[in-house]
Amino acid sequence: MKLTINVKSDYTDMRNKIPRVPVREQDPAVRAKNFEEVCYGYNAEEAQMEASRCLGCKKPSCIAQCPVSIQIPQFIYAVEQGNFTEAAAIIAKDSSLPAVCGRVCPQESQCEGSCILGVKGEPVAIGKLERFVADWARENGVRFSDKKEANGHKVAIIGSGPAGLACAADLAKNGYDVTIFEALHEPGGVLQYGIPEFRLPKELVVRTEVENVRSLGVKIETNVVVGRTVTVDSLIEDEGFSAVFIGSGAGLPKFMGIPGENLNGVVSANEFLTRNNLMRAYDPDYDTPIYVGKRVAVVGGGNVAMDAARTALRLGAEVTIVYRRTEKELPARVEEVHHAKQEGIDFKMLTNPVEVLGNEKGWVTGLKCIKMELGEPDESGRRSPVPVPDSEFDIETDVVVMSLGTSPNPLIASTTPGLETNRWKCVVADDNGVTSKAGVFAGGDVVTGAATVILAMGAGRKAAEAIDSYIKSK
Amino acid sequence: MYKIIKKADLTPITTLMEVDAPRMAHSAQPGQFLIVRAHDKGERIPLTICDFDREKGSVTIVTQVVGASSRQICHLNEGDSFTDFAGPLGQPSEFIHKNSKELSEMKFLFIAGGLGTAPVYPQVKFLHSMGAKVDVIIGAKNKDLLIFENEMRSICDNLYICTDDGSYGKKGLVTEMLKELMDSGKTYDQAVAIGPMIMMKFVTLTAKPYNLPLIVSLNTLMVDGTGMCGACRVSVGGKTKFACVDGPEFDAYQVDFDEAMRRQMMYKNIEVEADHKCKIGLH
Repeated sequence: MKLTINVKSDYTDMRNKIPRVPVREQDPAVRAKNFEEVCYGYNAEEAQMEASRCLGCKKPSCIAQCPVSIQIPQFIYAVEQGNFTEAAAIIAKDSSLPAVCGRVCPQESQCEGSCILGVKGEPVAIGKLERFVADWARENGVRFSDKKEANGHKVAIIGSGPAGLACAADLAKNGYDVTIFEALHEPGGVLQYGIPEFRLPKELVVRTEVENVRSLGVKIETNVVVGRTVTVDSLIEDEGFSAVFIGSGAGLPKFMGIPGENLNGVVSANEFLTRNNLMRAYDPDYDTPIYVGKRVAVVGGGNVAMDAARTALRLGAEVTIVYRRTEKELPARVEEVHHAKQEGIDFKMLTNPVEVLGNEKGWVTGLKCIKMELGEPDESGRRSPVPVPDSEFDIETDVVVMSLGTSPNPLIASTTPGLETNRWKCVVADDNGVTSKAGVFAGGDVVTGAATVILAMGAGRKAAEAIDSYIKSK
Repeated sequence: MYKIIKKADLTPITTLMEVDAPRMAHSAQPGQFLIVRAHDKGERIPLTICDFDREKGSVTIVTQVVGASSRQICHLNEGDSFTDFAGPLGQPSEFIHKNSKELSEMKFLFIAGGLGTAPVYPQVKFLHSMGAKVDVIIGAKNKDLLIFENEMRSICDNLYICTDDGSYGKKGLVTEMLKELMDSGKTYDQAVAIGPMIMMKFVTLTAKPYNLPLIVSLNTLMVDGTGMCGACRVSVGGKTKFACVDGPEFDAYQVDFDEAMRRQMMYKNIEVEADHKCKIGLH
C-alpha cells in the first residue's frame, strides 16, 4: 500500500498547534511500591488525537531512523482514521514485537528524534502510538500469520531474544521450518530476564509476542544450551539445519575489579534482575530468593542500572545510583531517568566506586567512592571522567549492584571452529549478519555488544534476508 | 518436560532419579552439572550429573534434602516430570582429554564426602573404563547415609570407607583416612575431592604437605548456570572465576575456601524462611 497524504500549509499549521497528548501513568508514590506497569498507554481517543498531529511528511525522516523501517506515517494515518487493524497490519510487515518496541525503544534518539514537529515543539508520540496499536491488536485478537508455502528448509536460531525472534518470524513467513534454541526455561531473552515487569509486562506482552511468533509455525526448544547441549556444527551436520543464526545476546556481566567485590551483598545487575524478572523473586509464590537489605547502591547509568535501581526500590530499599559522569551523559532512556527520579531514587553523579566495604562477617556495609570531573572527550565522544585527588567518601549501603555493561557469552564461539570473534568476544559479522563460517549468521548484541532491542531486531531481520539468499543460492 | 523413568531412595534423605533427557545424555561428560526446576515456580537448582546413558537417552541425578527446593525434587515420583532440566553445564573433568594409553599409566585417588559420592561415580566409571588405577575414599556421617558402596566397589581398585560415628568402615573423617593412606606410602598422580565445601577445604589442607595434585568440584550458588549472573564467583589463584563456566572443577590449592563458604551463605536466612513456608504447605 502506498500512501500519500496531501496536506495544505494551513492544515499543517493547525496540526502543529495541537499539543502532544500526555500519556497516563501510575502515580509515582504508588508505583514505587508495586511491579505493575508504570505507563498505562493511550486509549483509542487519545491515540487518534495524537495521531492527528502527524504531518504525514512526503519524505519522512522517522522511517529512516527506525532500525526496522516501520512505515510510520502510514500506520499513524490509519490510527487517525480509526483503522486500528490496518495500522497493526502496517506495523506487522516490519516488526514482530511492536508491543515490546512501543515500550522500550529509545524513541527520542530514533523515530521521534527526527520528527519535524520536534524542531519547534514536541515530536509525535510514535512509540506510544505503536504501543497502542499493538495492545489494541492483542486485546481484539488480531494476529497476522500470513506466510508462504513451506519450502522444506530447516533453519536453527540460537537465542529467543529480540534478534532471534525477529529473524525467526521473517524466515517462517518466508516458508522456512524454524526452530529456536533457548538456554533458559522461558523464551524472550533479555525481554524475560532483563527488563522488569513494570516496564514490560511478561505475561501480557512478552508471552503474547512470543506466541505470535510461534503462531507462524516457529518451534521453540527451551533448556538447550548451545555449546554444551548441542553445538552449531552438530545442528548443521547431525540435525539437518541448512543455516544457523546466532542471536545469543550479550549476557556476561562485567565487574569493576575493585577490592571487596566478592563480599556478600555485591551482585551483578544481571543476577539481581534475573532473580527478580525471570525467577519472579518479588512474588512470594515463587521460590527464588532476592536480597536488598535497607539500602542499595547501583553502579552505572544505563537502562539496566535504572531497571535495577527501580526494582530495588519496589522491593523496599532506599536506592542510590552511582555514576561516574554527569546526568547529561547517562546512557539510559530519558523516560527511565525521569521515572526513576519521580520515584525517589537518589542520583550521585561524578562519583566512582574504588572499594566495597564490608564487616568482619564478609557482608557489605558501604561503598568507598571518589569524586570525578569531566576531562577530554574519549573515542565515544563523551568527555571521560577523571578522579578528583583526595576526594574519597563513603556511602553506607547493604547491597551493591554492579551495572557496568555486559559482553557476549564466549560459549558458542569457543565451541564453533571457524567462527571469528573480535577482542571484545563479539562474533564478527557484516551488516547482513554473514560470519566467517559458511551457513552461520549472527546479529544483535552478540555482534555489537550490548545495545537495544530494536537494533537487535533489525539485525535479525537483515540476517533472515541473508539466510534466505544463502539457502536459495545453494 | 523431562520424565523421571526411575526413582530409588538411597538413604532416608537421599534420592536417585534417572531422567529422560536425550540431548543431555548425548553430550554429558564426567565432571559436568545440570540445572533442574521441579515446578514452574521453583528455583533453578544446580546438581552434579551422577550418570548418563547415551543409548537410553537418560541422565541420573542424586539429591539430598537440605531445603525447600531439594525437598520438592525428592517428592517427585517415577512417572512425574521435571519442568526444566538443562545442561550439561560447566567444563568436563580435565582427564577426559587424555587418551587411554596415558590414563592406563595413571593412578587416581577420589575423596568423596556424603552426597559428593554421586558425582565421583561417573568419573571413576570413566577412568576405570580407560584402564586407570583408581582408589576411592567415601566418607559418610553414618552407615545409613552411605551411598554407592557396591557400585563403587565394582569399578575401583581399593575402596576405603569411613563414617563419623564408626557405624561402618573406619571411624573418622576422610582427612584422617587420606593421611593414613599417604603415610603408608601410597602415591597418586591425581586426586579429586568432592563433597561439602568444608570437607574440601580440610582435604586440601591435609593433602598439601604431601604435594598431592588435587582437584575440587565447587558447589556454589547459581541462578542460570551459563555465565550470566555471576552468583557463583569464586577466587581462584587471586582471580575471580565463575564456577559455572570456568569450573566447577578447580585446582584445590588455588581456591579461597573461606570466601566460597561465606558466599554460599548469602541467601541462608531467606532459604530458612522458604523452607518453613514450604513445610506449612505440606502439612
